[in-house]
Amino acid sequence: MLSEGSSFMKGMALGGIFCLLLSLLGSFTPGMQSSPEDQHHHHHIKAPTNDELQSLSEPQMVELSQKVRVYCVIMVQPKVLVYWATAKDTWGKHCDQAVFYSSESAKALEAVDLNEQDEWAKLHKALKHAYDNSGDLRWFFVARPTTFAIIENLKYLVLAKDPNEPFYIGHTVKSGELEYVEYESGIVLSYEALRRLVNVFKDVEKCPERGRSLWKLSEEKQLAICLKYTGVFAENGEDTQGKGLFNSKSVGSLIEDGMSKNSLDVVEGCCSDLAITFSGMSPNQMQVMMFGVYRLRPYGHNFHDSLIFLPPEGSDND
Amino acid sequence: NLMMVLKLCTATQKWANREYRRCLSTHRVWDTLYEDRNVAANLSQNVRLLCWIMTGPKNLESRTKHIRATWGKRCNKVLYMSSVETEFPTVGLNVTEGRDQLYWKTIRAFQYIYQHHRNDYDWVLKADDDTFVVIENLRHTLSKQDPEKPVYFGRRFRPFVQQGYMSGGAGYVLSKEAVRRFIKGFDTGKCSHFSTIEDMALGKCMETMGVEPGDSRDVKGRQTFHPYPPHMYLVKEPPRKLPWYLLYDHYKPREGPECCSDHIVSFHYIYPVEMYTLEYFTYHLRPYGYKYRGCVPILHPYPKVCTYTLHILGRVGMQP
Repeated sequence: MLSEGSSFMKGMALGGIFCLLLSLLGSFTPGMQSSPEDQHHHHHIKAPTNDELQSLSEPQMVELSQKVRVYCVIMVQPKVLVYWATAKDTWGKHCDQAVFYSSESAKALEAVDLNEQDEWAKLHKALKHAYDNSGDLRWFFVARPTTFAIIENLKYLVLAKDPNEPFYIGHTVKSGELEYVEYESGIVLSYEALRRLVNVFKDVEKCPERGRSLWKLSEEKQLAICLKYTGVFAENGEDTQGKGLFNSKSVGSLIEDGMSKNSLDVVEGCCSDLAITFSGMSPNQMQVMMFGVYRLRPYGHNFHDSLIFLPPEGSDND
Repeated sequence: NLMMVLKLCTATQKWANREYRRCLSTHRVWDTLYEDRNVAANLSQNVRLLCWIMTGPKNLESRTKHIRATWGKRCNKVLYMSSVETEFPTVGLNVTEGRDQLYWKTIRAFQYIYQHHRNDYDWVLKADDDTFVVIENLRHTLSKQDPEKPVYFGRRFRPFVQQGYMSGGAGYVLSKEAVRRFIKGFDTGKCSHFSTIEDMALGKCMETMGVEPGDSRDVKGRQTFHPYPPHMYLVKEPPRKLPWYLLYDHYKPREGPECCSDHIVSFHYIYPVEMYTLEYFTYHLRPYGYKYRGCVPILHPYPKVCTYTLHILGRVGMQP
């Protein structure tokens, strides 16, 4: 009786220890103790103020505008072909290069076939492909199918940043010790950040090719972890007033939030004038957004911007 | 040698500017590069616009207050017309509420405006409490017109009235003279409340009183007044039979991006969330540095050889 009891107790103790171990490992984010460098890096990236750009002549503005060039990594799914077609015909036209990445091939879908269903593996492969095919483009923007981006405002945000420095920008979220960029609202990577990422891909211990089965991290967190290994940290993209530039919801959704909070000025409180992304949008909403962003305006409101971006050639909706 | 290059650059730029100016003069008005805040401010003084919004007690909280919070204040004067006077503020007209009272409301509204505000306007805009209006664009259209002429503008519909009539929901705007004639029509009995369909009935009175229906489209033939929300026009559709909501149009309707002017005046069936969304799109959100389509100066991008030359000349201390 006593021996059975004691093996039962041993079993309980062993089970308890095992359980404790598992739960500890589950909340353990692999990697580093915080080093002194962590304390000094910037968490927020702001768009340049007007004074910094005041004294430029027109030719100088044109030259500056041509310096920042963006490679858009647009993830699509063959199931919803209309998102691919819409992104291609709307905001994608404003990327210097827009490349579509799909989980599988499909007729009529002009996209790089990643031949993957796992979300992290898709992102992993797409980023590697983008790096290998970037040509002389130095900024990378990753979008989901329902994301709409205003590339001109992205260029303005990173205007004064050197792409040979590591930048990983978007709407940042903190999860325990980890700060990552939210996938849904778009991810911006400088050339150096991507270069370091592709390099750490070689170390499958630190940065696995696909999600581990036991405790699967979301792909946005996995990306942050891999980048963290290389010393690249997430930074929140904001305008000069501190308003976030990357949004995971649509304009309408954000307005609704503002209205339900009974904000005094619903529009002022909603979103930045120089917002870069909105998400969760339907294809029709994207078409209307094209009009709202690139055409609809009141006569007589002139802006003295320090950059010059021309409408794309052969385009009928901007 | 460098001076020669520079001379060539300057000459080419002068030519490009000349071409650009010529383009502007043929394309009557719509170009950002000549738009100027002062012009907009002057317009506000020179094109006095009185707006009246057709509303009622039930809609003040749910709709009208959002107009008050957005475009209402851009009119030189705005009046919210209802059956009841309130602190909103609303004007109480001698009517009851209901769809069949809309023409009575319209008649009484114009009579009220003519009685109390005759000298305060050049133009009178009527809009519904679910219409979104870009006042600056309306003023700009009207700045080319003479308010002493009997004319009115809006989204022109074909049926029922010989010369057509303007859609009520999209909003219509009457010149000072047109308002005078409308009032006179009812004073003399030439116009009457012969129908409850407000826009069509007003259109008939306009025709009777010799008020001309104007063409509100922009230089590219794009519409400025819209009786439905943006998604019903802008979304590209494969070639198809005209949808029902375009069948009344007087001018040949277009679907897709060519439907609508960059400088739209109105959209209709716009409820509060979309009202604020359009306000955000129109007055806030913009692509930094973007040169809107229209007449674009030809010499973009500035040739590198010219930039380089200027740089060199600067370095050796020579002024171009």
